[in-house]
Amino acid sequence: MEILVCIKQVPGTSKIEVDPITGVLKRDGVDSKMNPYDLYAIETALRIKEQKGGTIKVISMGPPQAKEIIKEAFMMGADEGALVSDRKFAGADVLATAYTISQGVLKMGKFDLILCGKQTTDGDTAQVGPEMAEYLGIPHIANVLKIIELKEKSVVVEMDMPNTLEIAEIQFPCLLTVEKDIFQPRLPSYRKKVSTKDREIKIISLKDFEDQDEKRYGLTGSPTQVERIFPPSVNNDRETWTGTGAQLSFKMSEKLKQLKFV
Amino acid sequence: MQDYKTIDLKDIQFLVSLLGKDRVFTGEAINEDFSHDELGGISRMPDVLVEVLSTDEVAKIMKYAYENVIPVVARGSGTGLVGASVPVFGGIMMNMCGMNKILEIDEENLTLTLEPGVLLMEISKYVEEYDLFYPPDPGEKSATIAGNINTNAGGMRAVKYGVTRDYIRGLEVVLPNGDVINVGGKVVKNSSGYSIKDLICGSEGTLGIVTKVILKLIPLPKKAISLLIPFPNLDMAISTVPKIIKSKATPTAIEFMQREVILAAEEFLGKKFPDNSSDAYLLLTFDGNSTEDIEKDYEKVANICLEEGALDVFIIDTDERKEAVWSARGAFLEAVKASTTEMDECDVVVPRNKVAEFIKYTDVLQKQFNVRIRSFGHAGDGNLHVYVLKDDLSDEAWEKKLSEVFAAMYSKSEELEGLVSGEHGIGFAKKGYMLDQCGCEYVGLMKNIKLAFDPKNILNPGKVCQ
Repeated sequence: MEILVCIKQVPGTSKIEVDPITGVLKRDGVDSKMNPYDLYAIETALRIKEQKGGTIKVISMGPPQAKEIIKEAFMMGADEGALVSDRKFAGADVLATAYTISQGVLKMGKFDLILCGKQTTDGDTAQVGPEMAEYLGIPHIANVLKIIELKEKSVVVEMDMPNTLEIAEIQFPCLLTVEKDIFQPRLPSYRKKVSTKDREIKIISLKDFEDQDEKRYGLTGSPTQVERIFPPSVNNDRETWTGTGAQLSFKMSEKLKQLKFV
Repeated sequence: MQDYKTIDLKDIQFLVSLLGKDRVFTGEAINEDFSHDELGGISRMPDVLVEVLSTDEVAKIMKYAYENVIPVVARGSGTGLVGASVPVFGGIMMNMCGMNKILEIDEENLTLTLEPGVLLMEISKYVEEYDLFYPPDPGEKSATIAGNINTNAGGMRAVKYGVTRDYIRGLEVVLPNGDVINVGGKVVKNSSGYSIKDLICGSEGTLGIVTKVILKLIPLPKKAISLLIPFPNLDMAISTVPKIIKSKATPTAIEFMQREVILAAEEFLGKKFPDNSSDAYLLLTFDGNSTEDIEKDYEKVANICLEEGALDVFIIDTDERKEAVWSARGAFLEAVKASTTEMDECDVVVPRNKVAEFIKYTDVLQKQFNVRIRSFGHAGDGNLHVYVLKDDLSDEAWEKKLSEVFAAMYSKSEELEGLVSGEHGIGFAKKGYMLDQCGCEYVGLMKNIKLAFDPKNILNPGKVCQ
């Protein structure tokens, strides 16, 4: 089984500041890490490989320092990795990102299964996976909670449709985005860190792509225009009340009415 | 047995006149929780429970109790494990939890001044906002700071940073006769006479009531990385610890855990641990100011562990990974508790190179007495937490077996030049074991110290050396 896992480097904490003038995330000096949802995708790939054999490749798109998370994927057990990286890709929105990665995927070989995390913790759109599948012309299922059965030419999965759970069978090749907790991700191994220290990480840039039309990438290839980025307002208002249960419950119901919550 | 005055209406009237009737409780108005601490077994209701809010109130109550010879016990969150806060002679219990204000953070002296009832969890959160660090890290985060001071609580980071006593700069203490004294201060050095401050620390509420605390803070290390290291068996895991210590690497914590406790925690939390395929694990934490510095430190240790037969070394470097591992570690005690009917704990501390021998001995006891014994915790500071589980034994059989197993463990600890308690204290429950080990001269000295502080023996009587 040939498996590809898509991973992304995201800020290491949720306490990210936004430059109030430019509206750009202040990434300098901020730690980064692998998108936590992608850990579940890697773990899913490793479990499938344990059962079916094959190889696991990982792909990421980002600046050169995103190699760090590919190394981390090696420390978890991935076999090969490549980074899609080019200045011309900068400023890509969801659509341009999905197209860019799908072009990168074509350079990495043929896959039975492509796995993505459900979403990233920085962009939060949950759209890149499904859009990639569209560009690659393969079927996909998002929000997979469970791998129920791995068959020769297909896989049966349970997916989370907000109000219902659906069980579906999907033919290979296909793309799945997996939910948090599908499996508990393993920890990166120091042994593997040492043994994969010198493993090559291929860089794929625009000149390697089949479609080298610059207009389809980066800011120019992005139909979405971000007007403004701003941090969500934080509400820390607190009141402490003391009293008997009866007094407090009365006060609480009055307060909820006053705030028009009931 | 001492003659104490029984609480009567006049005493209640005094307390109400001082505190108002909302802060004085008697009879059924006293919650049953105030009769015991965390481990249970020893219980007695106070005759009157009062909520105090100031040093002045504490001093006035103490003065009154001293004049009238009424026993008094000060209580924090009641998270102790040896019955130290149980009012075994009844009398007045002072609930210190209302004195819970952080008074001052002094960034020029790196100190934090606070009231005794501030919870441990609030301290770390508060000082970290200022990029400062209060290192003592006992597992029970809902304990009060004065409770920690009174037991000289230790915690996981003791390996690198030491224990609560190492972070007390000054105390305000109400003595049993109602006098208020200040010991220590914001000063870093102090050779001014006997260190009463260090005597109050660990006195389990028998010498005075702490009403204000000045803690020492240090700059907050910017990063921490933990390693989870699987070994084929516990013996190999624990035998590696002295080699880690000898390597002069400086982990903040070295913990050990066994597969069965991990499985119990998985079941208890309904959540998978990142790895449960090995019999035994070491969990180490390193802190520092950059990932590179920490990596240098831990690589040395990782290589030692692999040479000693570790199966691998897993790296715990992100919030999610820390949460997955430490949430389980934090639930071990509750998980073991949930797996049995009743349990008792032995909190001995032995020299660090004797930990393996002691743990192996508990394994022998487990077979010899046919009783379940579980242990986990601090491998790096020699402080063990060994739990003997009752399971389906009858009360009678349990009492007998427990006292035999405990006697065997304490005698082994003595043989290894260990001590009765590493961080939980003596309180009421472990008095016998301490008296056995300490000898008459030592205990005589303790009794004289108690007498000097508390000539009428009214403050938390019947504890520690009595």
